[in-house]
Amino acid sequence: MKSLAELKKIREEAASKINLRTAKDGYRVVVGMATCGITAGARPVLAAFVDQVAAKNLDNVTVTQVGCLGECALEPVVEVFDAQGNRTTYAEVHVADVETIIEQHIIGGNVVTEKTLEVIKAAK
Amino acid sequence: MLVRAQVLVCGGTGCLSSKSKQIKEAFEENVKALGLDNEIQIIQTGCFGLCERGPIVIVYPDQTFYSHVAIDDVAKICSEHLLKGRIYEPKAYKEATEEELAKIKSFGEVGFYNKQLRIALRNCGMINPFDINEAIGRNAYQALGKCLTEYTPEQVIDIMKKAGLRGRGGGGFPTGLKWELCAKNQADQKYVICNADEGDPGAFMDRSVLEGDPHSVIEAMAIAGYAIGATMGYVYIRAEYPVAVERLQYAIEQAREYGLLGKDIFGSGFDFDIDIRLGAGAFVCGEETALIASIEGERGMPRNKPPFPAQKGLWGKPSIINNVETLANVPVIILNGWEWFSSIGTEKSKGTKVFALGGKIKNTGLVEIPMGTTLREVIYDIGGGCPNGKAFKAVQTGGPSGGCLTAKHLDTPIDYDNLIALGSMMGSGGMIVMDENNCMVDVARFFLDFTVDESCGKCTPCREGTKRMLEILKKITKGEGTMEDLTTLENLALMIKDASLCGLGQSAPNPVLSTLANFRDEYVAHVVDKKCPAGVCKPLLTFVVTDQCIGCTKCKRNCPADAISGELRQQHFIDPAKCIKCGSCVKGCPKNAIVVQ
Ligand SMILES: Cc1cc2nc3c(=O)[nH]c(=O)nc-3n(C[C@H](O)[C@H](O)[C@H](O)COP(=O)(O)O)c2cc1C
Ligand code: SF4
Ligand code: SF4
Ligand code: SF4
Ligand code: FES
Repeated sequence: MKSLAELKKIREEAASKINLRTAKDGYRVVVGMATCGITAGARPVLAAFVDQVAAKNLDNVTVTQVGCLGECALEPVVEVFDAQGNRTTYAEVHVADVETIIEQHIIGGNVVTEKTLEVIKAAK
Repeated sequence: MLVRAQVLVCGGTGCLSSKSKQIKEAFEENVKALGLDNEIQIIQTGCFGLCERGPIVIVYPDQTFYSHVAIDDVAKICSEHLLKGRIYEPKAYKEATEEELAKIKSFGEVGFYNKQLRIALRNCGMINPFDINEAIGRNAYQALGKCLTEYTPEQVIDIMKKAGLRGRGGGGFPTGLKWELCAKNQADQKYVICNADEGDPGAFMDRSVLEGDPHSVIEAMAIAGYAIGATMGYVYIRAEYPVAVERLQYAIEQAREYGLLGKDIFGSGFDFDIDIRLGAGAFVCGEETALIASIEGERGMPRNKPPFPAQKGLWGKPSIINNVETLANVPVIILNGWEWFSSIGTEKSKGTKVFALGGKIKNTGLVEIPMGTTLREVIYDIGGGCPNGKAFKAVQTGGPSGGCLTAKHLDTPIDYDNLIALGSMMGSGGMIVMDENNCMVDVARFFLDFTVDESCGKCTPCREGTKRMLEILKKITKGEGTMEDLTTLENLALMIKDASLCGLGQSAPNPVLSTLANFRDEYVAHVVDKKCPAGVCKPLLTFVVTDQCIGCTKCKRNCPADAISGELRQQHFIDPAKCIKCGSCVKGCPKNAIVVQ
């Protein structure tokens, strides 16, 4: 180790690896992943959230999965919690929608109304 | 998919002994079988502190805390939690207190951790101790870099002095001052020694730091070396800590590979390296002058001070000796500043202290609390109180050198000076809780037994005096003591404290003195009434059948000493002359008709 800059570089690389283990106070994205969700294609959606959150360096965002969210007909279901714990439930989320939710809601702070559970349910 | 979840499996000595290594392997197999091995990482860490509930597994980022995990649970946790996102409830952590029993707690909510402030243990259970990158990701070696590139040795010492860190190995000597005294002595060679002997029975905080975060100690030793002008360090560790030795050795090699030990660290011209020296596990070898003798290959016996190690230490060269936990605090102090550190704790005791909580307490394990936390908070809020609804009786701090404190001391804020004022001491951090079923004479006998065994024999008061005290205690527990014996005990104790050479002898009488002071009634009950109120000292117990007896004959048939007589459906009778006090009749009686008096 010849310089602090070298150490800093290792630290930054490693920090992303252990970032999962530090408590965060930003948005929390929860993907419904019980059997129904997995059949409906929740896994690629979860993957897309994980990858895009990392790609966009959104350090303060947690992506996790949860069991059945009780809306099996409208899976994949994704819930987004803001720092205050306010919940938005999205339904029929597909990989193509992930970027919109991240850009509009998680970065921009505006709910993607047309994908919310209430709107989709009302339309059916 | 990138890594989306990490499963941390405790690899501390406690959990390893309940198969956590196999559990980690089972996770790896199951995750692979489910095709999740690209997105879920399995990581073995050091101790989480809650060893009582081990093996412990935490899933991040959800922070789900699983306890008592068995190999058979792994497949379920993988298929339910990792695949489908459903917490596997049977093994999810639940609090020990009744009200909280039903609720599942995530790691951040567990009461055991809530009141803690983890500075020395900051990385224990957070990182893989075999991966230097993870340590660096949690800021390891940043403080060393800062010292070498921004501070002079005098500035480092100045920061340590202002921080107010005191030795965690027992003595509580101010660390910055110790470094300064050594730095002032000119010599061609100086040494930094890390004391990882940890001989206090029941204590394991130093082991956990070395197992969970070895780089914090390596980094701190290098910082100390820079501050005092030493280029070589030794870690003296007992051979009974194989896991800690292995991880430390590995960490030292990794640090050398990265150039964080060796020549010209950070291009500053400063050289430093570390070697490990194994101890055979004698308690007295933890005393600094005995430890130095032991590293030099001599018999581990204390010598007179002065000269202090800072003047004439290892191989006659100026040396500093610091405890593992003391050192683990150093890098954070440098990074966060002395102002931050000295804002934690009490006026004369800054920062935190790690305790190994044990004995009659629900959550045994390692806890790190800010100085000034009360004993009550540690024992009840963190420890969960005594199990099975038993009443709290006493708490021993400072191990064999400390004393017993009672319920009236529970609201005392813990710091060096308060504990000494109450006749105990901080010691290295053993904290043993006793309930109504502990006999205090027996407790004093237990600790004295230990010191008699461990006395090195160099000075007569300690070698012979502690033996005489032990004989008297044994006499009392057999019901053969006299009131005069109590006076003799006290006189001997004060004499040994005054006339012994090292801390072992000087503090050995403390458990006796403090129990005599706080529980004199119990001694008197043994001596005068020939009774052991806690029901521990066997020779003083009498087993009696009460009129609750229905005459089922069970006890008579099972008594190994043929001491019970009686006819079917009539009250039975125990012959005290024959009874060997095994206690099996008490447990076996369907009517609870046999009592101990
Ligand atoms: C009998 C006896 C045993 C000791 N055992 C230990 C020990 O196991 N670990 C330790 O760090 N200090 C132990 N000490 C204290 C050391 O002598 C020394 O004060 C300490 O290592 C200094 O480090 P510190 O200032 O960082 O606490 C012991 C002292 C005595 C008298
Ligand atoms: S006090 Fe005891 S342990 Fe210490 S030097 Fe004397 S005999 Fe040895
Ligand atoms: S076991 Fe109990 S009830 Fe039965 S004979 Fe013995 S004392 Fe009486
Ligand atoms: S304590 Fe043991 S020896 Fe004594 S009466 Fe009961 S069973 Fe027999
Ligand atoms: S060894 Fe696993 S929690 Fe302590």
